[in-house]
Amino acid sequence: MSAVFVWIETFNGAAVSSSWEALGAGRVLADKLGVPLTALVFGENAAAVAGESGTYGADKALVCTDATLNGFRLEPYAALLTQLVQQHAPKAVVAISTARGRELLAASAADTNSGLLTEATSLDISGDGAVKVIRPVYAGKILSEAVGSAAGTQYLLLRGRSFKPGTGSKAAEITTIPAALSEDQIATKIESFEEEVGSVNLTDAAIIVSGGRAMANNPKDAPAGVADAAVWKAQDGFANTLKPLADVLGAAIGASRAAVDAGYIPYAHQVGQTGKTVSPDLYIACGISGAIQHQAGMRSSKVIVAINKDAEAPIFKLARYGLVGDLYQIVPAVTAELKKRLGK
Amino acid sequence: MHVVVFTRSTPDTAAKVEVGKDGAVSWGDAATVVNPWDEYALEEGILQAKNGGGKATVIAIGAEMHNEALKHSLAMGLDEAVRVWDSALEGSDSLAYATAAAAAVNKIGGVDLIICGKESVDVGTDQHIYQIARKLGWTMLSYVSKILAVDYAAKTIKVERLLEQGKQIVTSKLPVVISVMKDINEPRYPSFIGIRKASKAVIPVWSLADLGVTLPETRTKVERFMNLPVREGQVEMIAGTPEEQAAKLVERLLEEKVL
Ligand SMILES: Cc1cc2nc3c(=O)[nH]c(=O)nc-3n(C[C@H](O)[C@H](O)[C@H](O)COP(=O)(O)OP(=O)(O)OC[C@H]3O[C@@H](n4cnc5c(N)ncnc54)[C@H](O)[C@@H]3O)c2cc1C
Ligand SMILES: Nc1ncnc2c1ncn2[C@@H]1O[C@H](COP(=O)(O)O)[C@@H](O)[C@H]1O
Repeated sequence: MSAVFVWIETFNGAAVSSSWEALGAGRVLADKLGVPLTALVFGENAAAVAGESGTYGADKALVCTDATLNGFRLEPYAALLTQLVQQHAPKAVVAISTARGRELLAASAADTNSGLLTEATSLDISGDGAVKVIRPVYAGKILSEAVGSAAGTQYLLLRGRSFKPGTGSKAAEITTIPAALSEDQIATKIESFEEEVGSVNLTDAAIIVSGGRAMANNPKDAPAGVADAAVWKAQDGFANTLKPLADVLGAAIGASRAAVDAGYIPYAHQVGQTGKTVSPDLYIACGISGAIQHQAGMRSSKVIVAINKDAEAPIFKLARYGLVGDLYQIVPAVTAELKKRLGK
Repeated sequence: MHVVVFTRSTPDTAAKVEVGKDGAVSWGDAATVVNPWDEYALEEGILQAKNGGGKATVIAIGAEMHNEALKHSLAMGLDEAVRVWDSALEGSDSLAYATAAAAAVNKIGGVDLIICGKESVDVGTDQHIYQIARKLGWTMLSYVSKILAVDYAAKTIKVERLLEQGKQIVTSKLPVVISVMKDINEPRYPSFIGIRKASKAVIPVWSLADLGVTLPETRTKVERFMNLPVREGQVEMIAGTPEEQAAKLVERLLEEKVL
């Protein structure tokens, strides 16, 4: 029996929502090949998540709830995936290119000497089962078209927010399977996990509001005695000027490397070639010049708005809407206008 | 103890990369530099070798262009550099690279720790690291933002990893492959003496025969490179007082249905 496998990533017992995009892409492959679409769900609460997978298009689900799979560790996950691929010889194994998705698929592809195509933003399959993908390379400066061989299992990592979530109406047929490794065969132990609370995940975000070096040009005076007035001003700007805008929009907060390097905001918020690659529906760049390395991380955003006091800033070449002026005047005005129009 | 760092050369991040009429990728006269992510890996390699009282070797897999990264590594202070290359690797995929990489690590022998960068900024396949680990049969810890403890005698390591939803603290047994993040250290600049020494270094090249390894069949192939589609529609500049700008912008965004 052949199939298309899609790994459904979970966190704290709930599906990571971008996984449903992988099911959507997997559905298209399975239909073209005329094979069933099988969701793979491992770890805590896997049975419930597998139950949900039918409504996103899965025909079947393979579920493993062994305690070794709670939290994510590469060894037990990769061993199980590899075992399943060896048993079922699926045509393809699909996942979203998250931190965990990347390592799981790359590891299992190595175990089975299979082909792996990563960061796909579009996907096609020929009648004989050879997959063709388009993926951005050189930090998104150019595109590459790559093909996999029709023989064997093709592993595919998809860029998030590039494929539509799947839809379905029937319940997936669930099969429970045992783990491939026991606890004493696993060299790693998770000691603790410190969840970052209250912030929207940048790569999943539909809207991103980003601030650059200019956040330090806050007209507010830093209180006497702060160690670094520029850092205080920028942090105050992120918290009291950008955050309110992000809040009305339900947006995540991004930043340029200049803002990160200056200590205005943690690295987790950095967008760009050495930060995160994002492709939201709307990206609002505030006081960011638009250096090529910043563009590398956000150029595939659908609509880009640039707010910058320098009409010559390169960001305007990429933007759909450009507003020349002081971000500390424009951003609060936009926030107020949105509150009015969206009735918040 | 022995640390191995993997690195490669990439075009400078400021380079304008284009696909020519002949289909070849070019970056004009922009410089070739060490993959920016690998600077953190190289720095960590130096620190860990010192910490464990051992040596650090840097390996690049690829054609001559990758000597650039190796010379930079030597200039930073890594003890030895090796380039792995063989015409059979031309046009092959990550599976082949990982197989060659694992064989090179086995040839060196006695390696406790392999350090990679987070990804390569050019082809950015982000898969070598995991595949090297699997080919060696070692554990893999990616996105390491801090090495909290390492005991080379007891062969244990404790690290902090940066994942999408937060920070994970993990312990593992050595040997292990790790990939490191930007926050882990402050990479040093090569010293003047280091640069002089590196420029004179003769870097050995190991072929597949030297490694005694045959490659798995290549399963994927790049068919062609393409320039980006031109972004249609010019920027619409919105002028006026901040309030007028805001009103017009919100109007447009509502029309675009992105809100
Ligand atoms: C190897 C390498 C990797 C890199 N990776 C990244 C990366 O991942 N991400 C990244 O972002 N950068 C990256 N960079 C850095 C990049 O080259 C730029 O230096 C950086 O993006 C600049 O950040 P910025 O736009 O905030 O600052 P600047 O370039 O200094 O721009 C600040 C802008 O704010 C405007 N401004 C000032 N005051 C105001 C105000 N009151 N209101 C409105 N506008 C105002 C100015 O006109 C200016 O355009 C990298 C560089 C290298 C060498
Ligand atoms: N050709 C190569 N030679 C040596 N190391 C490499 C090579 N390609 C990738 N690496 C290492 O693997 C990491 C991840 O790269 P990549 O898998 O290409 O995204 C890099 O940061 C390097 O440490």
